[in-house]
Amino acid sequence: MTTDGSGGRLPVALRTEALEQLLTERGLIDPKVMDGLITDYETNVGPLNGAKVVARAWTDPRYRRRLLEEGTAAIKELGFSGPQGEHIVVVENTATTHNVVVCTLCSCYPWPVLGLPPSWYKDPAYRARMVKEPRKVLSEMGLELAEDVRITVRDSTSEVRWLVLPERPAGTERLSEEQLVPLVTRDAMVGVAKVKAP
Amino acid sequence: MEGIADMGGTEGWGPVHPPQGGEPVFEEPWQGRAFALTLLSIRVSGQNVDAFRHAQERLDPAAYLDDGYFGRWLNAAELMLTDSAILAPSAIDARARNLHGDHVEEPPIPEPAKPDYAPTAEGSLRAVDVPPAFAVGERVRAKNTSPPGHTRLPGYVRGHTGIVELIQPSALLPDTNAHFLGENPQHVYSVRFDSRQLWGTGAEPFAVTVELFESYLETTS
Repeated sequence: MTTDGSGGRLPVALRTEALEQLLTERGLIDPKVMDGLITDYETNVGPLNGAKVVARAWTDPRYRRRLLEEGTAAIKELGFSGPQGEHIVVVENTATTHNVVVCTLCSCYPWPVLGLPPSWYKDPAYRARMVKEPRKVLSEMGLELAEDVRITVRDSTSEVRWLVLPERPAGTERLSEEQLVPLVTRDAMVGVAKVKAP
Repeated sequence: MEGIADMGGTEGWGPVHPPQGGEPVFEEPWQGRAFALTLLSIRVSGQNVDAFRHAQERLDPAAYLDDGYFGRWLNAAELMLTDSAILAPSAIDARARNLHGDHVEEPPIPEPAKPDYAPTAEGSLRAVDVPPAFAVGERVRAKNTSPPGHTRLPGYVRGHTGIVELIQPSALLPDTNAHFLGENPQHVYSVRFDSRQLWGTGAEPFAVTVELFESYLETTS
């Protein structure tokens, strides 16, 4: 890594622009392809996809069963697949069992259903501590779990990607699938929050 | 390899950052550019996603941490591109200086030296023609090894015993694929470790599952 005269690297935004120029002027990449990727992850591939999966599972028991048995295929039924979603395993959170997902080695995350990971998921403190003191970490993040809740941390060390099916909140029995979708948050699908009734 | 990237259980990172609503996917425009550039650089450099993860692992702590997640991606992209001699080692900095108004000479374009590598199929899932060595419910130990190159065996489980919870689809082995030494498909196991086995009797009670390739594991009997 080269440095400037003051001992630090050049500003990262400038280095990014430099790399884009170097590769573009040699025809090695197409800026339009870059624009397409950026727009796709800004607008199409995000946690709304996962919310649709969860709302379907909450309202269709047969879909829920398929989702828990063959996550990748059930998710693809709703049209979601792609990079970082080669094999997705869905685990259910209940009143007594709680799953929470981390990637201690990098920041692996199920892109097709949740989009790119949020800043807290990529933070070293989250990556380091979730596998050592999850109850404390969850509490710092605003989720207090009862003492009798069994916690399982899912460390994403291979290409397997984990998605949490959150518990459907009480008081939502009359809501339709479409009405449930906006209640489902990214945080609940990673396991650092619960879904709240409206 | 030992390094900054293997963070599980390491100390000194301070409190976590609670989620904030409405966080944009890319907080600054360069982050989106770095994201797309890095994905494309994996292909341009003739490498693969495991080599990309290994490039991140090889960054020094400052290059890994200082500019956050997408800064680390950009630095890893530079490493892949210079390793494959698509770019000279000083090319990005020289161009960045010139963009900044300096007038420095840029290095010549090197003769590309991409790895002798082609995947046998899309993605990472690969068939294995021998049955799994371990069964669901079986006690297994994560080997206490320190591979010098890329591995997906986290340091915090090495030498510890767990139970096979699930057998996942077999997949190519990142340890060799990252170094273009072959795909070596293996069975993959979700192994459940008890927190007190990992961290001692004072630990919070919980379990952690880790996906481990067959060659990372040994029997306990």
